[in-house]
Amino acid sequence: MKSQSKIRYRTAAGILALSSALVLSACGSDDNSDSGDDKGGSGESSAAAGGDIECGGSGELLASGASSQDNAVQQWVADYQAACSDVTVNYKPVGSGAGIEEFLNGQTAFAGSDSALEPEEVEKSKEVCSGGQGINLPMVGGPVAIAYHVEGVDELVLDAETLANVFNGEIKNWNDEAIAKLNPDAELPDTKIQPVHRSDESGTTENFTAYLNTVVKDAWPDEADKKWPIEGGQAATGSAGVSSQVKQTDGAISYMEISHAESNDLATVKLDTGAAEPVEATVENASQAIAVGERVGEAPDMALELDYATKEDGAYPITLVTYEIACDKGNKPESLDAVKSFLGYTASEAGQQSIVEVGYAPLPAEMAAEVVKTIDTLS
Amino acid sequence: MTAPPTDKETPAPPPSQVLLSDAKGSTRRGDKIFSGLSKGSGITLLLIMAAIAAFLAYRASIALADNEGNFLTTFEWDANSIPPKFGIAVLAFGTVVSSVVAMVIAVPIAVGIALFITHYAPRRLAAPIAYVIDLLAAVPSIVYGLWGALFLVPHLVGTYEWLDRYLGWTVVLSFDGTAPRSLMTAGILLAVMILPIITNVSREVFAQTPRLQEEAALALGATRWEVIRMTVLPFGRSGVISASMLGLGRALGETMAVATVLSPSALLSAEILQAGGGTFAQNIAASFGESGQFGRDALIASGLVLFVITLVVNGAARLIIARRKEYSGANA
Repeated sequence: MKSQSKIRYRTAAGILALSSALVLSACGSDDNSDSGDDKGGSGESSAAAGGDIECGGSGELLASGASSQDNAVQQWVADYQAACSDVTVNYKPVGSGAGIEEFLNGQTAFAGSDSALEPEEVEKSKEVCSGGQGINLPMVGGPVAIAYHVEGVDELVLDAETLANVFNGEIKNWNDEAIAKLNPDAELPDTKIQPVHRSDESGTTENFTAYLNTVVKDAWPDEADKKWPIEGGQAATGSAGVSSQVKQTDGAISYMEISHAESNDLATVKLDTGAAEPVEATVENASQAIAVGERVGEAPDMALELDYATKEDGAYPITLVTYEIACDKGNKPESLDAVKSFLGYTASEAGQQSIVEVGYAPLPAEMAAEVVKTIDTLS
Repeated sequence: MTAPPTDKETPAPPPSQVLLSDAKGSTRRGDKIFSGLSKGSGITLLLIMAAIAAFLAYRASIALADNEGNFLTTFEWDANSIPPKFGIAVLAFGTVVSSVVAMVIAVPIAVGIALFITHYAPRRLAAPIAYVIDLLAAVPSIVYGLWGALFLVPHLVGTYEWLDRYLGWTVVLSFDGTAPRSLMTAGILLAVMILPIITNVSREVFAQTPRLQEEAALALGATRWEVIRMTVLPFGRSGVISASMLGLGRALGETMAVATVLSPSALLSAEILQAGGGTFAQNIAASFGESGQFGRDALIASGLVLFVITLVVNGAARLIIARRKEYSGANA
């Protein structure tokens, strides 16, 4: 009985604590709107560092889409939130397909996507964008690095055909002639090549297979797809899974966003594209590839088409461009200001520079300026 | 472990205690409240089970209606493509194979450990061993997964190459030297994970062997092994079976450890040492994050199949326990 009464006492105390906490938090939420100025003050320093963030709108800004740009968006959200406390940006990395679906259903204010809207998706967007349609705004790029792990080999040059043959299993060992010819100075071991691919559907896979299929169709006849086309072999889920697999397996090679290769300290392949020098996977070289890309969207749409077969010096061809997708006209009035303000920041010079440190390639300055202009016209 | 109330019945208390509790008439109200509470708990459990089953069935039916493939025989799991095409053939195969491997390895070892603790080990050693076994059960499954991926996978290459050299002709045990993130490796990992539950339940059952029977066998001149064979093992058989079923239930549903070790693929291959394969739970963990609404419904459909399989396994265990209740290991 004694212990029972003790428990009862504790429960009562717990309830008391809980209810007082509720009361307190109720007060707290009242405080928030009052102290908005204070917060703005404390955020000023970082806002100054972040540059010209023009706040606009209020409330929650919902968005979802590609996970490949998640790190960049999180970086932007952190910058933006420090300056504009009235808007809460919530980006869910559910994948491009699901993100577009949610946008088309009117659940989100904009979507992030690895690929531009398909014609039928544009058609469907006219329902949610009253009087307008969904447009693609290129926002962030990134090189898809080919990372490998071969003991004793720190530098490796491959061309598209060798790459295709490595990934389709034609070339089985690291000391194969085709690889040796491209790397006369390297001491290639007689290790089995273990290509690792993404087991989940991914824009990274799509980009990599698009590159192989475009440049060396004979060696890689499978069309670009989010799903890896070849059965069997090593696979892992997500870029994180793939990169850690390469890290721990001698002889492994895979494709991933550059940030994952860097965070795991993996060496990356330099591509022999036919340019003067083999091109390394860096954010600068990716920006260069975006710069030589072709705009295929009609204004205000800004969809791009990259030239995978480019021989431009310092242009890394396996580059992913991800878009933000919003309505040109007919955005929801309650979120329009916040969308323009947030995307305006992300496309600004400060916003574009902010993502370099998390491994993304900024848009070429001209293109970024064009994006900012387009965002200004959203209504 | 999760025995319904009926299985929890302890043997009738000795008469003296019965008298004592009868004498305390004043606690009758407490009795009523307590029986009400426990009845409520029992009903809640049933309601929760029914709610889970209904939810799974409803969501699964949405996905199954639009499936382009055959749910039972299709290999791929393309629930998010248009049109969706998915099937559980590879998943069911992988789940069964990895669990069977785990059982084949874990059951003999667990029975051995249980016998050692109850009949061979000096008391000073028995307690620490039992304690270590309990510790194994407390390790989170993701930690097992990391251990499997970072230690087991690279260190099993040698063993598998040896297997391939002598038994590679069976195809089942052929191996080409690439990282063995395979069903076999997952099965070995699962074996470690289900060892504690099988050991603990078996140990309790073996410890309940009537002392008189063992002594009788000794009196007939039996050696210790013969005593075990004649009294302990027959007495504990149903307990060991139900313990194994509980272990199997865990192996079937294990998620993170398998997902960390396995190299997912849509290939149904008899070469169980080779990387590839998939299990129900692993596929759900790997695919859920990037799935849309429909993809999630499809995953739920696969979850329903796993739910049914687990229910059948548990049901079988219960049947065996119920048939020989007095030897039940469920009290452990």
